[in-house]
Amino acid sequence: MNLLVLLKMVPDIVEELEVAPDGKSLDTSFLRTIINERDDHALEQALLLKERHGGTVTVLALDAPDIDDTLFAALAKGADRAVKITDAPEGMTTQTAARLCSQVIAGLPPADLILTGVQALDDLDGLSAAVIAQQLGFPYIGVVTAVTVNGSTATVLKEFAGGVRGEFAVTLPAVLGVQAAEKPPRYVPVAKVRAAMKSSKIETVPAPAEVAAAQIEVRQLAKPVVSSHAEMLEGSPEEIADKLVQLLAQRGLL
Amino acid sequence: MTSPLWILAETWRGQITETTLELLALGREVADQLRVPLEAVLFADKSLATSLGVADHVLCAAGVEPTPEAVAAALAQLVKERQPQAVLVPWTNLSMDAGALAAAKLNAPFVNGSKDLKADAGRLVAQCLVYGGKLEAAVAATVTPVLFGVLPGTRSADAGRSEKTPAITEVAVAVPETKVKFQRFLEPETGDVDITQQDVLVAVGRGIQQQDNLELAEGLAKLLGGAVCGSRPVIDQGWLPLSRQVGKSGMSVKPKLYLMLGVSGAPEHIEGMKNAQLIVAINTDAAAPIFNVAHYGINADLFEVVPVLTEKLQAAKGG
Repeated sequence: MNLLVLLKMVPDIVEELEVAPDGKSLDTSFLRTIINERDDHALEQALLLKERHGGTVTVLALDAPDIDDTLFAALAKGADRAVKITDAPEGMTTQTAARLCSQVIAGLPPADLILTGVQALDDLDGLSAAVIAQQLGFPYIGVVTAVTVNGSTATVLKEFAGGVRGEFAVTLPAVLGVQAAEKPPRYVPVAKVRAAMKSSKIETVPAPAEVAAAQIEVRQLAKPVVSSHAEMLEGSPEEIADKLVQLLAQRGLL
Repeated sequence: MTSPLWILAETWRGQITETTLELLALGREVADQLRVPLEAVLFADKSLATSLGVADHVLCAAGVEPTPEAVAAALAQLVKERQPQAVLVPWTNLSMDAGALAAAKLNAPFVNGSKDLKADAGRLVAQCLVYGGKLEAAVAATVTPVLFGVLPGTRSADAGRSEKTPAITEVAVAVPETKVKFQRFLEPETGDVDITQQDVLVAVGRGIQQQDNLELAEGLAKLLGGAVCGSRPVIDQGWLPLSRQVGKSGMSVKPKLYLMLGVSGAPEHIEGMKNAQLIVAINTDAAAPIFNVAHYGINADLFEVVPVLTEKLQAAKGG
C-alpha cells in the first residue's frame, strides 16, 4: 500500500518564544524549530503499517528552516521518498497551506492512506487533515491512535474523553489525523541520518502559483495575560522542600 | 448584521455534554453583545433540546451518524441554508474534527482553540491559545460565516442551564452515505488504579525525561498515599498506561493535592486537572503556562528537589 505522510516544522516550545515587533507574529530570529510531535507519530504509524503490509512511505513537507534534516531523518527511519514543496508564500494559515498541499498531493502517485498529525502547535485556522480530505474527496477522521488495514478498509481507533476509544471502519483511500502512533516514534541515530543524506535525495516540487487567500487575521500575539500566578516557593532545594512539607502539613495532607 | 449566532450542541452517549452548556453560556453573552438570536444545532433526539433553554431556538435533526463525516455534512448543509454569522463548536475530541471538516466543506475559516470570544465593532474576535498555551492570539475572521473551536471551561456549565424551554424546529438534513462507519466503543482498561478516586496525585510530564525516573514520582506518591498519573507525552512514550492519563483525552481529576513534576501545562492537560484543590508545580521553565494555573510553583530542577523532598517527607511521616 502507498502511504503518504505530511510533516511540518513548529517552534520548539521548550524554548522561550518571543513576539515580533509587529505584535502579531512570532520573532523567528532565534527560533528553534522541530518536527510537529503529532506528525512524528503519523510517520511512525505509517512505518508500522509498511512493516505489516509492505508498500511505500512518502513524506511530504513545505520548505522551512531545518526541514531537510527532518526529511532525511524520515528516510533514515524507513520512508522511501521525500518530497519538499518549494517557493510557497510565507505565513500561510493552516487551511491555506493544506489546500496548497492538496494540489501537490493530486500530482503524486495515488496514496491509499494519507496521515498527518491531528493538529500542530501553531495551527490557528482549522485542521490540515480535514481540509486535505475535503479537497481530495476522501473520508477523514481525526484523533486517531491505532490503524489496522484489511483490504480496502482501515479500522481505526479514535480517542474520546475519559480513556474511551471508538472503533471506526474507514473505506480507503482516506486521510487520518493522528494523535498518537501505536508505539512511541522510533529513534534514529545521527549516523543513519548522515548515511541517508549521502545515499538519498529530497525531491522538490514548486508550489502551485495560485494560493487561496487567508480567511483569518491575527490582530495580536502576546504572552497570556494572567489573572493569577502561582505563589512561588524559592530557595535552595532544602529550603523549598521544607516549605512544601510545611504547606502539606498545614493542609492536612501528610 | 442580524444573522444568528449558532452553537453546535454535543451529545455523548445520549446526554448533552457539559462543554455544550459552557458554549451556551458563552454564546448567550456574545449573542447579546451582537443583539442577534442564539441558536443551537442538535443532531440527536429532540427530547434533549429541552436542556438547551439558554438558546432562543434549537434546530434539531435526528438520524445523523456520530461520525465527523456525517456531522460535518449535516452542519455544512444547515449553515448554507440558514446563514448564521458564526458557529461555536466544542474544541473537544468529540467535535473538533467534525467542526474543522464542516469549515473545509464550506470554505469557511475555523478558528482553533478559542478560550474567549467577544464582539468588537460588530466583529467577533477570539482569544486563542497557541504554542501549547505559551502565547495567545487575538483572531478575527475576514469572511462570514466563521466557525470557532471553543475550548472547554470558557464559562461555567451552570450558566448554560435554564428552566426555559427553547423554541424547537425539526429540520431535515440529507446526509450522503459516508465512508466512515462507527463500530463500537472500547472502554478504558480496568484493574489499574482509578486516578479519579485518589486524594493525592503525583503527575509527571515530559520533564521526567526517562522511564526510570518515574521511580521518583512513585516514591512520592507512596509517601503521600496517592498514585502517579501523567500528561500526554508520558503516555505516548508508553511509560504509563492510558488509564493514568489526565487531560482532554484522559481523565478529569479533582484530588486534594495535585503535585506536578515537569508538566508544562498544555491546555489539553489543564482541562483535566484545573479543579484540583491544591496544585503544586515543579518546572525548570519559569515561563511554563502551568505556573498560571498552579497555586504554588517551584521553578527548579525536579531532580534536585524531589530527592530532598522525599527525605523530608519520610522524616515528617516518621516523626
